[in-house]
Amino acid sequence: MTDYVPIRARLMVTTEESPGLATLHLKVQSETPFTFQFGQFNMLSMFGIGEIPISIMGWQDGLLMHTIRAVGRVSTAMIGMQKDQELGLRGPFGKGWPLEKFEGRDLVFITAGLGCAPVVAAINYAVAHRNRYRRIVILQGVKHHNDLLWQPKYDAWRTMGDCQVLLAASEESKRKHHWKLGLVTALLDDAEFDPRHCAVMICGPEIMMLAAMPFLQKHQVRDEDIYLSMERNFQCGMGACGHCQIGPHFVCRDGPVFHYPDVKPWLGVKGF
Amino acid sequence: MEKGFLPRENLSQLHAVLCQQGYKVIGPQVKDGAIVFDGLRDIADLPWGIVEHTEAGAYRLEDTGDNRCFAWNNGPQGLKPWLFKSQQTVWRGEATSDGIRFKSEQPSPQPLAFIGIRSCDISALYLQDKHFMHSAYADPWYTAQRKQLCLIAVNCSRSNDTCFCESTGDGVEATYGYDILLDELDDGYLVDVKSERGRAITAALPLQPGSQQHHKQAQRQLKNARHQQRVMPDAEQLLKLLEHLNDKHWQDIAERCLACGNCTLTCPTCFCSKQEAEVEPVSGEHHQVRYWDSCFSEKHGYIAGMQLRGDVSQRYRQWMTHKLATWQAQYDRSGCVGCGRCISWCPAAIDIVAEANLILGDDHD
Repeated sequence: MTDYVPIRARLMVTTEESPGLATLHLKVQSETPFTFQFGQFNMLSMFGIGEIPISIMGWQDGLLMHTIRAVGRVSTAMIGMQKDQELGLRGPFGKGWPLEKFEGRDLVFITAGLGCAPVVAAINYAVAHRNRYRRIVILQGVKHHNDLLWQPKYDAWRTMGDCQVLLAASEESKRKHHWKLGLVTALLDDAEFDPRHCAVMICGPEIMMLAAMPFLQKHQVRDEDIYLSMERNFQCGMGACGHCQIGPHFVCRDGPVFHYPDVKPWLGVKGF
Repeated sequence: MEKGFLPRENLSQLHAVLCQQGYKVIGPQVKDGAIVFDGLRDIADLPWGIVEHTEAGAYRLEDTGDNRCFAWNNGPQGLKPWLFKSQQTVWRGEATSDGIRFKSEQPSPQPLAFIGIRSCDISALYLQDKHFMHSAYADPWYTAQRKQLCLIAVNCSRSNDTCFCESTGDGVEATYGYDILLDELDDGYLVDVKSERGRAITAALPLQPGSQQHHKQAQRQLKNARHQQRVMPDAEQLLKLLEHLNDKHWQDIAERCLACGNCTLTCPTCFCSKQEAEVEPVSGEHHQVRYWDSCFSEKHGYIAGMQLRGDVSQRYRQWMTHKLATWQAQYDRSGCVGCGRCISWCPAAIDIVAEANLILGDDHD
């Protein structure tokens, strides 16, 4: 845990997931163990360039994983890093998915867009602790079939017991095996889970979250069983800089994972 | 404790005692046509005879020639720039052959004594304390300087056209948060002490007992100052702003608003900041620097290729609904202390009190 001053993280391996999108495997240079919750984020900095918030993808073989898309100067520099190069790390910040609270329930993951790391990290956790949860339902929407990252993982999850994987492509004209055409929300009618004993975790554009709500209501999912991972401008990660506010909430501190009833009044209100 | 009286000719001793006790004295002075808090070398540099006249979009000083130095109400800034600095390095990085070496930026506080702070500014200070000091991550620079403040407050003897602290509950009389409180009278100052720090100072002053006449004059002045033109709706009413998010009036304000951010810069409670990476050209060090930012700036609501608040109407709405309504959920009260700075320093003469009342419209009795 480091808040004001970064600690060093050394790049061990970069995995290119798709053009302009890569997973960095980082060795955290810290004497104390780096502990975190899935759904939390770190502030990562490139020397001389800047600092950005990146959600935590996971932990594997003693290395911290961050999946980064090249959007601006800092993220572009990060995915171009050489092995053994260092970046600065502050974090972890915010609240993650309360996965322990969900034990004994069906888990429903709804994501849309490219590389929704916070949800994939939570799926990995649920799969690794399979006996703690009942059914796992994964709904993922992308524009094109090829946009789906970690395809082998989805294939593996599909063949796992009591796990349903539903995929949708919104900008394809031909349907592929295991895929539907359309938006992720259209998959909800095919999802099989117990609405009275479930936890729904959603990550992606807010417009998708809004569109998913009527479907969830139709399936009699209660608001209090829904959790959302929100995105806003983070400058500090500590609830101080003011940029990330949605109504009364500081997303970096009170989120980024929110209990749906807490943000419901603000969701989809333009300008907040 | 009984209030003492300090004759005007002894005011310089207050300055001398503060200096003797190791404080750097910060006091009001006339600079660039405004009342500005800065290092005070001599009591003679106080704004003797000066009052200011404010209205929406206007701030003018007048030299009345009288013998008072605290007859004004406020200038563009209160205590905020001294604690939450407009520019603060938050960490530094040095590239070495062994990788990056990150260094913390140590606070460098000094004992500061402010003369002439007003009740509204003390309220603002306590709000900033909640945000910067009593949060999960206490700001080390704010906290260190906050602990070394000596506040010598002054009750307002008049109010300006833009003052509305009576309706926000933050004035005109200071009731907490100060070390010493003065009422400026015709022939001197009534002196009230609140803290041990304050007592250490007043013990060294040639105080006389305050007379009944002195107390009467102080009360008369406060009564006079309580006459204020603007009335901010109460906290409960202000929450109803959130029921008016789609009001067309936001667009009307946006047609006048320049999105310059003057309101947020002069606001004593606004706390937004941004961070920039700067490379020091000689040492090659990375300096991560925090600057004041404003919810009116274009990048404030930017996320990965998208601007959440593209329209100025959305930015003004964010500012006002945060300041007056959602702030209440964050810090148990509205974020407005009624100082009126955002009104007088707005180049487009936008008046937050008038706009809030207009938006609340019929809801507001």
